[in-house]
Amino acid sequence: MITQLIGFVLLFALAVGLAVPVGRYLSRVFSPEKSADPFDTFDGLLYRIGGIDPNVPMTWRQYAVALLSINGVWLVYGFVMLLTQTAIPIWNQGGVSQMDWTLALNTAISFLTSTNLQHYSGESGATYFTQLLVLTFLQFVAAATSLAVGVAVVRSLKQETSNSVGNFYQDFVRSITRVFLPLSLIGAVGLLYTGVPMTFSPYAAIKTLEGIEQTVATGPVAAMLPIKHLGSNGGGFMGANTAHPFENPSMVSYIIHLINVFLLPMAFVCFVGYFLNRRKLGTIVFTIMTGCWLALTIPIMQQELAGNKAISALGIDQSVAGAPAGNMEGKEARFGVAASAFYAGVNIVIPAGTLTSMHDSYTPLSGLFMLLGMQVDAFYGGVGSGFLYMFLYIILAIFIGSLMIGRTPELLGKKVGIVEIQIASFVIVVLPLLYMGATAIAAVIQNANPDIGWLSNGGPHGFTTMLYEYVSSAGGNGSGFEGLADNTPFWNLSTAVVMLGGRYIPLLAPLAIGGILLAKRYVPPTAGVLPTESWTFGLLLTAVIIIIGALCIFPAAALGPISEFLNQ
Amino acid sequence: MLILLSVIYPLVVAGIAKLAPGGGAGETVTVNGKVVGYARIGQKFTEDRYFNSRPSAVDYNAAGSAGSNKGPSNPDYLKTVQARIDTFLVHNPGVQKTDIPAELVTASGSGLDPDLSPAAAKIQVRRIAKVRGITDDRLNQLIDEQTKGPLLGLFGPSTVNVLALNVALDALK
Repeated sequence: MITQLIGFVLLFALAVGLAVPVGRYLSRVFSPEKSADPFDTFDGLLYRIGGIDPNVPMTWRQYAVALLSINGVWLVYGFVMLLTQTAIPIWNQGGVSQMDWTLALNTAISFLTSTNLQHYSGESGATYFTQLLVLTFLQFVAAATSLAVGVAVVRSLKQETSNSVGNFYQDFVRSITRVFLPLSLIGAVGLLYTGVPMTFSPYAAIKTLEGIEQTVATGPVAAMLPIKHLGSNGGGFMGANTAHPFENPSMVSYIIHLINVFLLPMAFVCFVGYFLNRRKLGTIVFTIMTGCWLALTIPIMQQELAGNKAISALGIDQSVAGAPAGNMEGKEARFGVAASAFYAGVNIVIPAGTLTSMHDSYTPLSGLFMLLGMQVDAFYGGVGSGFLYMFLYIILAIFIGSLMIGRTPELLGKKVGIVEIQIASFVIVVLPLLYMGATAIAAVIQNANPDIGWLSNGGPHGFTTMLYEYVSSAGGNGSGFEGLADNTPFWNLSTAVVMLGGRYIPLLAPLAIGGILLAKRYVPPTAGVLPTESWTFGLLLTAVIIIIGALCIFPAAALGPISEFLNQ
Repeated sequence: MLILLSVIYPLVVAGIAKLAPGGGAGETVTVNGKVVGYARIGQKFTEDRYFNSRPSAVDYNAAGSAGSNKGPSNPDYLKTVQARIDTFLVHNPGVQKTDIPAELVTASGSGLDPDLSPAAAKIQVRRIAKVRGITDDRLNQLIDEQTKGPLLGLFGPSTVNVLALNVALDALK
């Protein structure tokens, strides 16, 4: 156990050690200064093809319009391609079923919003063609979209007064060519050497040692996996996601995946520190994120290592020497319980939401911590988007803190006005309303039609399953308690609505706040303001996150995981 | 952009894959010139003469993949586990219930778990020794040879690949 613990500490240190230089690199990539980068020529080619002038300054409104219109185009493209996938003969391994329109719409929205909730199963639901030309493509552009907005918001926190938050196309293209594509390539090569397949051949049939016919699904897996993690996307090539031995053959691939999940959300916080030249702010935010992440992950690991009480009651000792101790249902022998639970803890705070083990089979209290992490979504959070959530909490904390001591609310030398606070509060209130409302509707329908066949587990666990699905959709996480028959028109459409709301509201609201702040005059800080760059403020911020963010979910959690825990 | 991300990038990765072990198609295991399986993909082993693999929610059908997704307190699930315990005890007389590693009565996340822990392999030694007429010591030694320790001694548990173990078992004579 001690050696395992050292392993986890080393993994975290490795992630931080890589995130700091990458954060510095991001700050160079998104600075306006012209550099003689070899990338510039390449980007120039892309701009020329698209007929775009990347140097036109945009107001926050223009930035939002550019973002929404191109997202709209991708949505239509993804929807049409998914709907017609079986008719496309190129890169088609055969045997893939047709998607109905609700599933195609759900899948297109899910990948466009970086949620990657998957209501189909990779092996039988998507062709190689759609995996690459639709799903992988959307993973790239969705990640670049949220990184671009994150950068624009951070840019608007600079001291100068201006109307322009930057140019969306420039931020977007640079995100792809200088961040996601090179990093993905490195990741893919690493994964190939651990045994992840990358082939366009159809599924192979073999005869096993016992003489049983076994058809083995393969495909161009290695190309999709790095961006799935780097971009906080999470949509796997295979149905079992990162638990599948072809997606994650060994502890080496596990480490590559884990670092890819951690890297950019962490680096983004470092980027904030470097870019604004406010290292202390970056450090404070990073510390809060790390502390809260640990506060969620450690209990999950502890719960899982303790094992499932119901299994103990059957007379099975879940801590036999020489075997992984704890709740092994839904977990792989090559990772064991500790590493699986650690991975789960990382993937509920960072909305990659990939699974090396099945969350539905976790013990009840683990489910509670998972809901908490996904709900707040700001402990590292997604690429760019995680910091945006934190930014909203910062605005609220400034407001509450200033009220308490009777000062003018101010952020980094800009006065925070009523409109900004209203926007931030709106987001924090409307998202829980969205997923709680949806869960309530689903629960009522389930209650009226107990034979509807949605849930493979009854009682409080069944309720948690539905709640988890919507919280995961709203937070862009995309993992699921998979014991839900979710490919039905009701689930496809309702989660699609929640995903759209959960994506664009918290993406555009900070952009609006940033735009408004940027237009204001910079006032050097005086003794009359609440200093944001201090540990005291950090403490206040943590309290605000816990009180507002986490408590939102407690009433619903009481009906789900807490009730299941008390009844076992 | 679409062409760059979805055609050029995958083709570059596929090109590099040709240099990687298995040529990007997944490593296979061959016995007497016949492919008997993929090194990374678990197979169904239920016969007494082989080391049995873990229970699987998809019955090791590798054209798909899934866990059971049963909640920890689901009564149907607990019945299934009870049945697995009973079956195991019938096939392995003399084994105490409390000595059965949990992984042998629980399903994996992918349903294609290729590995077992050393303890889960060793508890099957007595049965296989009887069926094959090999000594317990020889089998335990075989398991030790096939066991892979944690990566760098730090990351993850010790594992035995079931297919590799059974191929080695067949080669013992």
